[in-house]
Amino acid sequence: MTTTDSASFTAPQADADGTDAYAAERDTTEGRVYTVTGGDWDELVASVDPVSEERLIVNLGPQHPSTHGVLRLVCELEGETVRSVRPIVGYLHTGIEKNLEYRNWTQGTTFVTRADYLAPIFNETAYCLAVEKLLGVTVPKRADVIRVIMMELNRISSHLVALATTGMELGALSMMIYGFRDREKILDIFEAVCGLRMNMAYVRPGGVAQDLPADGVKMIREFVDYMPKGLDDYEGLLTGNVIWQERTQGVGYLDVSGCLALGVTGPVLRSAGLAWDLRKTQPYCGYEEYDFEVPTHNGADAWARYVVRLDEIRESLKIISQGLDKLEPGPVMVEDKKIAWPAQLALGGDGMGNSLNHIRHIMSQSMEALIHHFKLVTEGFRVPAGQVYTAIEAPRGELGIHAVSDGGTRPFRVHMREPSFINLQSIPALAEGGLLADVIAGGASLDPVMGGCDR
Amino acid sequence: MSDQEQGLFGVAGTGDTSGFGGLVRQSPSTFELVSTAAPLGGYFDEVVGALRELLGEDVARAVIVDRGELTIHIAPDRVAEVCKTMRDDEGLRFELCSSVSGVDYPDQRNRLHVVYHLTSMTYRRNVRLETAVGLDHPVVQSVTAVYPTADWQEREAYDMFGVVFEGHPHLTRILMPDDWEGHPQRKDYPLGGIAVEYKGAHIPPPDERRSYK
Repeated sequence: MTTTDSASFTAPQADADGTDAYAAERDTTEGRVYTVTGGDWDELVASVDPVSEERLIVNLGPQHPSTHGVLRLVCELEGETVRSVRPIVGYLHTGIEKNLEYRNWTQGTTFVTRADYLAPIFNETAYCLAVEKLLGVTVPKRADVIRVIMMELNRISSHLVALATTGMELGALSMMIYGFRDREKILDIFEAVCGLRMNMAYVRPGGVAQDLPADGVKMIREFVDYMPKGLDDYEGLLTGNVIWQERTQGVGYLDVSGCLALGVTGPVLRSAGLAWDLRKTQPYCGYEEYDFEVPTHNGADAWARYVVRLDEIRESLKIISQGLDKLEPGPVMVEDKKIAWPAQLALGGDGMGNSLNHIRHIMSQSMEALIHHFKLVTEGFRVPAGQVYTAIEAPRGELGIHAVSDGGTRPFRVHMREPSFINLQSIPALAEGGLLADVIAGGASLDPVMGGCDR
Repeated sequence: MSDQEQGLFGVAGTGDTSGFGGLVRQSPSTFELVSTAAPLGGYFDEVVGALRELLGEDVARAVIVDRGELTIHIAPDRVAEVCKTMRDDEGLRFELCSSVSGVDYPDQRNRLHVVYHLTSMTYRRNVRLETAVGLDHPVVQSVTAVYPTADWQEREAYDMFGVVFEGHPHLTRILMPDDWEGHPQRKDYPLGGIAVEYKGAHIPPPDERRSYK
């Protein structure tokens, strides 16, 4: 806390060595300096309005439950009013982009998946689409459908966390418990499909790591049947709730032109009324074959973003059930043995691992299979030189991968255009001039994930 | 990184039984910029034509179409002008600057590249602008006045590659600590890491492991 009012009295007394016992004058870079030379003290105090004169610098974060991770917001307050906000990021920088340059292309999925840890499937898919574009391969139909199903499940789980944490930050603690409870059901599906709940490295260049398990479709269908009721519950809990309305309506306003200037995409842009969704406008993974709407709102505030996210969960459920109907038997990895990771996973007595039949095949039956296994695992495949940019619609907006290859077995450079990083720039625009409590509501409505922001 | 490499697995002479031994490829960092011959196809001709008409024939140093993506190489001191035209012209309308990223090609004289990905929401088009500067004068015009979203992205490119963006309102480090020395994503900056012992085997840090061409 710093106060900028200071009084300096004009009664300097020189010490024996010539220095002042009291600082008569001092340089100050901000605030007013009062020189009191007599008169009525009460008059002087009355002439100062403490609310408009006193500025508090409050550091929110980097360790603060309401900042969605290690985000630091330096707020300058005038009373309860926020005069300026300066977001400071980088506390979770892990050098994912640099590390990618020292691993082969397939290993890259294990790194990018850890960036935005609430949307791992999106990171993997965007990265794999970039690698596939560089390679010039198309993945099998079934792999595309599985990717779409997994991405939409992931979108729902991410939006559920957004609702849950926003609820927690605004005092609706039961929303937090329900949101995480239902996200858990999706994580169970992920665990059944790829063995991991988060950071799965499930999507691989050329397809997906393995096919859906036998009961996978049944589990997903059960979830699709279950979820609408949960959404109705949330709406019953929040939408009609006066406190929720007051805390979100008219808070964190950012209109379309503001969004475009600041590069903000995703639910925040759609909450301002622009139906820009890369699944519709620049389809990938066969999204053009699915029937779904792009929810928009014209509120451009935290409330609108809440409504848009709820609607997007409903649309995702529609896409998932269409995807389940589209699933047809077939390969989930490209046929090309120079690219397809040679492992055939199977569930053994000690968990998921290489199938014994496959190991028997490569070790004793086929010299070619052994060579491919050895070469691909130790070296990896080569990717023709060039650069591509692929963008997909992640839960927080446009997730772009700029991948450069020099023709070798390792990425030359991979840049992640992370929506959390870009969107966080807009915090000053939507919080300055509002109340301190609305910084939290506005920031939560952007739904930033620092793992993605800092990479 | 050599100029020319052969084969899928980098094997010279015989020994490659894969049938890919006949492949010849070139490294991107050494060959010169060669423009794709017109017509470029799709909307690419229209975009490049409009840009040349508005800013002169010499605005594009090279125009490359690869894998269905258009790359326009421009001079580092014309970036802001080009971006403003790309954003404002009615036939171009690239409203969104999706991404700004740096790339380091250590073998080139102008080794630091800055790559801009612009998106036209009106026409649903994408364009990549690329510019290159050398270490002796790594200065590129800032586009923050045209695209405010480039603010943090230019700070990241400065932080990671040391590209100085002229006209940026506060060009400071963003992801690394303020007092960090060096620019970590340059190719000559080591990755770091420590060796580990695992089941009796010695595993060197990632940047000292064997790498394959």
